[in-house]
Amino acid sequence: MVHIVVDPVTRIEGHLRVEAEVDGGVVTEALSSSTMFRGIELILRGRDPRDAWAFAQRICGVCTTVHAIASIRAVEKAIGAVPPPNARLLRNLIMSAQVVHDHVVHFYHLHALDWVDLVNALTADPAKTSSLAQSISEWPLSSTSYFAGVRDRMKAFVERGQLGIFANAYWGHPAYRLPPEANLLAVSHYLEALDFQRRFIKIHAILGGKNPHPQSFLVGGMATPVDPDSQSALNMDTIAALEKLVADGMDFVSRVYLPDVLAIASYYKDWTSIGTGIGNYMAYGDYPEDDNENPALLLPTGVIHGRDLGKIDAVDHAKITEQIAHSWYDYSGGDGQALNPFKGETTPHYTGPKPPYERLDVTQKYSWIKSPRYGDEPMEVGPLARMLVAYSSGRPARVKQLVDKVLSTLGVGPDALYSTLGRIAARAIETQVLVESMGRWVRDLAENMARRDFRVQDNSKWEPSSWPNDCFGAGFLEAPRGALGHWVHISNGSIANYQCVVPSTWNAGPRDATGRPGPYEAALVGTPVANPAQPLEILRTLHSFDPCMACGVHVVDATKRELARVKVA
Amino acid sequence: MNAPGLAQRLERSGLSRRDFLSFCASMAAVLGLPDTAGQAIAAAVENEAKPILIWLEFQDCAGNSESLLRAGHPTVADLILDEISLSYHEMLMAAAGSQAEQVLSETVRDNAGKYIVLVEGSIPAGADGAYCTIGGKSALQIARDICGKAAATIAVGTCAAFGGIPAARPNPTGAMSVGDAVPGVANLINMSACPANAENITALIIYYMTMKRWPPLDQYRRPLFAYGKSIHDSCERRAHFDAGQYVEEWGDDAHRHGHCLYKMGCKGPATSQNCPIVKWNEGTNWPIGCGHPCIGCAEPNFWDTMTPFYQRLPNVAGFDVGNWVDPVGLGLTGLVTAAVAMHGIGEVVRHRAGEKSSDNSGSENE
Repeated sequence: MVHIVVDPVTRIEGHLRVEAEVDGGVVTEALSSSTMFRGIELILRGRDPRDAWAFAQRICGVCTTVHAIASIRAVEKAIGAVPPPNARLLRNLIMSAQVVHDHVVHFYHLHALDWVDLVNALTADPAKTSSLAQSISEWPLSSTSYFAGVRDRMKAFVERGQLGIFANAYWGHPAYRLPPEANLLAVSHYLEALDFQRRFIKIHAILGGKNPHPQSFLVGGMATPVDPDSQSALNMDTIAALEKLVADGMDFVSRVYLPDVLAIASYYKDWTSIGTGIGNYMAYGDYPEDDNENPALLLPTGVIHGRDLGKIDAVDHAKITEQIAHSWYDYSGGDGQALNPFKGETTPHYTGPKPPYERLDVTQKYSWIKSPRYGDEPMEVGPLARMLVAYSSGRPARVKQLVDKVLSTLGVGPDALYSTLGRIAARAIETQVLVESMGRWVRDLAENMARRDFRVQDNSKWEPSSWPNDCFGAGFLEAPRGALGHWVHISNGSIANYQCVVPSTWNAGPRDATGRPGPYEAALVGTPVANPAQPLEILRTLHSFDPCMACGVHVVDATKRELARVKVA
Repeated sequence: MNAPGLAQRLERSGLSRRDFLSFCASMAAVLGLPDTAGQAIAAAVENEAKPILIWLEFQDCAGNSESLLRAGHPTVADLILDEISLSYHEMLMAAAGSQAEQVLSETVRDNAGKYIVLVEGSIPAGADGAYCTIGGKSALQIARDICGKAAATIAVGTCAAFGGIPAARPNPTGAMSVGDAVPGVANLINMSACPANAENITALIIYYMTMKRWPPLDQYRRPLFAYGKSIHDSCERRAHFDAGQYVEEWGDDAHRHGHCLYKMGCKGPATSQNCPIVKWNEGTNWPIGCGHPCIGCAEPNFWDTMTPFYQRLPNVAGFDVGNWVDPVGLGLTGLVTAAVAMHGIGEVVRHRAGEKSSDNSGSENE
């Protein structure tokens, strides 16, 4: 039995520590700990609810925008503001651009190096890389001379002896299985994706002024004016710019990202049975397609228990609770409680070893993340959960079509989805579905302009005097990493309580009061580890979740009053 | 080792010398240098050895790391990153766990007094440092150790520069800026904003490589080339402020036509940054450009002093002059506006950021 500590887990957002017991070459037990805490929800108390989105957005700069919009949805529900159709379209575009950007950056810059051996790529024959590239895609950057240029550039970089961010990694590890030509293809696309992400996210600059942390959100709508006859508003020039950026995104996702995922996956098919995890999946659903009180959603909502795709339950938000049996907080009613976010409370109380420390104790409290539960069950959230719910719901039809195509290309059945590789494939499929939807939302926006509907904001609830004295609201959203919820209590015009249950809390949480592990911990069990000194395989399963730790850690602090008015997005 | 010259490396990367010079010229523009400075920058970058950079993340959201990925001037900025040896960056580096920690300790050991540290995020003092640990060590211990042996420390973003959001009221974790957490740290430069603009980070490094010194700083240790003027003084909507043309309600005619956002809470008059000039995402846009007020994110304690964000600043000189002038007649407007503009050079903004005292014109608060 070997005890492994991976801290810091790199190529993620935030600070994650994993400890694992390895016996007979596989992980037998794992501990996931978040090691950073800020307390943004405490900081939000007493503030103007119209400011909350800007604070909440700073929970995360990688999945920037998602906390801003979840916050605004929660406040709008509480005070009764109704954003007009243009605001819905602008938000859909900002959210989908975020997901597309984030998934591409995750695959190439945070995850690929777990599967792609950079040093091995230097031995590739560019002609073979060119044949491989042309066999999987019509992407034009695929000539022998192009790949020779990339190989020589990387060779020169390595020969200088200063490897920078590529130093001291696991190059040459036996778990790397791609042939040199596939490694070179992936390294070339690592560099291209770096360019792509910078260009594509200009959508946020156009609609939000800047990225990271766009700044055009308003409770009640959006601050981005719409007027085809003004040079200071979204007009036909910006519509054209958006159409071009979306077309470029479609091109990159369908001709580079998706083919690369399929090509790389074909060398690692054994990872369709590794990293399975708990087998429960939850999606809140998102992307409203109309302006009704309960709008149709592009990506549907639902809960899957025990990998049973035949039965999708509706999400009941009242069943969401958080536990702290292994988290560094106190509950006034005892640490064994499970509290719904509307009644949640938090008192941070560190009881771990004083830093510097060598080891955390799994029998004690060991994380700044709580353990969310749905009913009594842990849930995996994220692209896989969303695609499974969509796949078995049959909508949108495009999801089923793409999932079936991926499964048949790899020659595997639907059970292959419950795995490390399944998460990667689901993320790519979702990116394709979303980038295909963006053009429609741009056209809808243009059509509204043509009808001279310039409304972007519900001003009727802007002044606090128009709000109930005491009100509650919850806002739900599908962030790149999964189901996100914000809960707010507003009293006399200011925030009395604020809390979030976020995707990485669901996935990265520690054991609950009954000792049942969270999704990361469960998925790591059974992961092979060829060399405990180089735990590359542990990174593969962890990164397949796309950890985002700053998001996962939050504070709740509730007044325990009866709910005066609850509306749920 | 004999490193190949930059020209060779450029060629290998498929970049022409012209591309490179055009990058240097645009860097000169960001730095506010004359046109000829572009060539001096090119010469300096070519001749310098690769500086070693260490990027540390503490109580952060990784927004500044993401911002760095958006650095403009595409392939050339990529190359400039190659020109710098980025030895440690948790979000980007391939190595993890003990291998990552080994890179850090060896880099510090072999280059003590020579490397540059960039810090993202604040540093908590509470709970014996347990509010932020990496590899079992507290952020405070790591910061004192790594920044203490650096040639210079660059605090990237408002959290590292001034404490930022974790330090906002009631500061639950005892979060501090780098300057407060590591007293006496050598050559501290604060690149505030939420996040810091990538073009300003790149410009700072190029400045150092070109000038062989760090730039002059304002009272908050921010480079004058990026923080030397208020947003208000460079704002594309300034003429509307002076003319008394204000947005009154979201989506109204004035809002759709780009009028001044002062009444909607804009903090541009109390904020020093080059956003209106450099803009964001390769010059694509900036917050005021898409109709939302400035929230003052480059200023110390802005989460407490600039909120509520939608409440207007009191007593900004020149406010409502246009409304007074209009009935008098257009002939007078120009004269009065000119007088106000002159007065505005020494403009005083009365604001709750009361502790500020200024030593350079155009960005004073009292």
